[in-house]
Amino acid sequence: MSNVPADLKYTKSHEWVRTLTDGNVEIGITDHAQQALGDLVFVEVPEAGRTVKAGEACAVVESVKAASDVYAPLDGQITAGNPKLSAEPETVNAEPYGAGWLMRVRPAPGALAAAQLLSAAQYQKVLDAEGG
Amino acid sequence: MGRQTPLFRLHQELGARIIDFGGWEMPLQYGSQIGEHHAVRRAAGVFDVSHMCVVDLTGARVRAFLGRLLANDVAKLIACGKALYSCMLNEQGGVRDDLIAYYMSDSWYRLVVNAGMRDKDLAWIRDHARAFDVQVNERTDLAMLAVQGPEARAKAAQLLAGADAAAALALGSFFGRELGCWFVSRTGYTGEDGFEIMMPARDAEPAWRSLNSLGVASCGLGARDTLRLEAGMNLYGNDMDESTQPFESGLGWTVALEPRGRDFIGRGALEAVVSGGSPRKLVGLLLEDRGVLRSHQKVLVASGGEGEITSGTFSPTLERSIAFARVPAATADKVLVDVRGKLLSARVVKPPFVRAGKSLVT
Repeated sequence: MSNVPADLKYTKSHEWVRTLTDGNVEIGITDHAQQALGDLVFVEVPEAGRTVKAGEACAVVESVKAASDVYAPLDGQITAGNPKLSAEPETVNAEPYGAGWLMRVRPAPGALAAAQLLSAAQYQKVLDAEGG
Repeated sequence: MGRQTPLFRLHQELGARIIDFGGWEMPLQYGSQIGEHHAVRRAAGVFDVSHMCVVDLTGARVRAFLGRLLANDVAKLIACGKALYSCMLNEQGGVRDDLIAYYMSDSWYRLVVNAGMRDKDLAWIRDHARAFDVQVNERTDLAMLAVQGPEARAKAAQLLAGADAAAALALGSFFGRELGCWFVSRTGYTGEDGFEIMMPARDAEPAWRSLNSLGVASCGLGARDTLRLEAGMNLYGNDMDESTQPFESGLGWTVALEPRGRDFIGRGALEAVVSGGSPRKLVGLLLEDRGVLRSHQKVLVASGGEGEITSGTFSPTLERSIAFARVPAATADKVLVDVRGKLLSARVVKPPFVRAGKSLVT
């Protein structure tokens, strides 16, 4: 059973979104996603300054088994990629909702509302439907 | 619903993630795949390989039959119990399967073939066995455990009674022998020392639990794949298949063209390749950039031409990506690989990458 914190928003493609006090958002992959991938061995995060559109592939997480794209949950501009992950990709397995965050984004005006993110309860239903 | 080994319920109880492998429901991993990999390199791990197909061949002319069936020559097996790695070819010299043959007695050889090839192999073997009056007996009654790692033999020997334990520990590399109703061989697919043990299906679960209690880690097919790739061992279906010959699969060393009179299946096709030279070869790649090499990625060669990765992974021992690739014969020491749209540089190396816990590449 994977962990789905109640205070975060989610996407169907297994990203989580945390709104920070400065209005920017922090993005990572869910506990379910890291479990499904297995031990991560390579993470590529976007450079600060890059503009992303909702649904655009903007990071890569690779486990021993497979590579997987991470999609931007909303329109905005990257303010930071997590610098720790190039040397310690396993941080995503250990702390998917904490030190294993992937990127921070300044949402475009109105983008957060337009993104129609899922609540924890809604995301849990997605997992239940997948049998996870 | 796939086929299950006698250990399926135990895998579930141990929390394994189950995947389909060649029509079998097998454990991919129990916890961390990398943790299981390191357990085998540093101590000992146990794998369920009961899905592999054990075939006993018996008859007065069994040696002549294998001389026809296999590209390697069972005449190399002088002492009872000795094992031989060989390809079984089609008439075009393509690899139908790879296998291990054990010389049990002058009228009995034992083959171990790949799980996914079971039905095709049995049909092929039976077809050709008729002319030699050889009996083909599939041993579905046996389970098989692979216990691998620097501590594997000492731990596994504790499952045996005193005299049998001593006999098992005295086995030379690539030798096996019957000990009671078990068949213990000093073979494996990890690049580490260890045993593969065939046993009656009912013995498998207690043996596994005893090994766990001796500190031997349960290991799944995920770790088995990274271990074999580090060890420079091919995987049938990835690195060679019916459309590729041994000489372009890094398996030329397993083809016995001497003595010339031995008319094995595929010989004619291979002789043409030997005289003309194989246009392609299988090499090891070590990724110099960050990223992970995967099968089917395109390889670009400076001297012209292209190749393809046949198996690629992250090497937990080397902490970088490694691969096998089939490339033009003229390929020198550097290549570029198209990894998800980016060209990354890789160095051509001669496998194995790792043996007995030690890195062989720098």
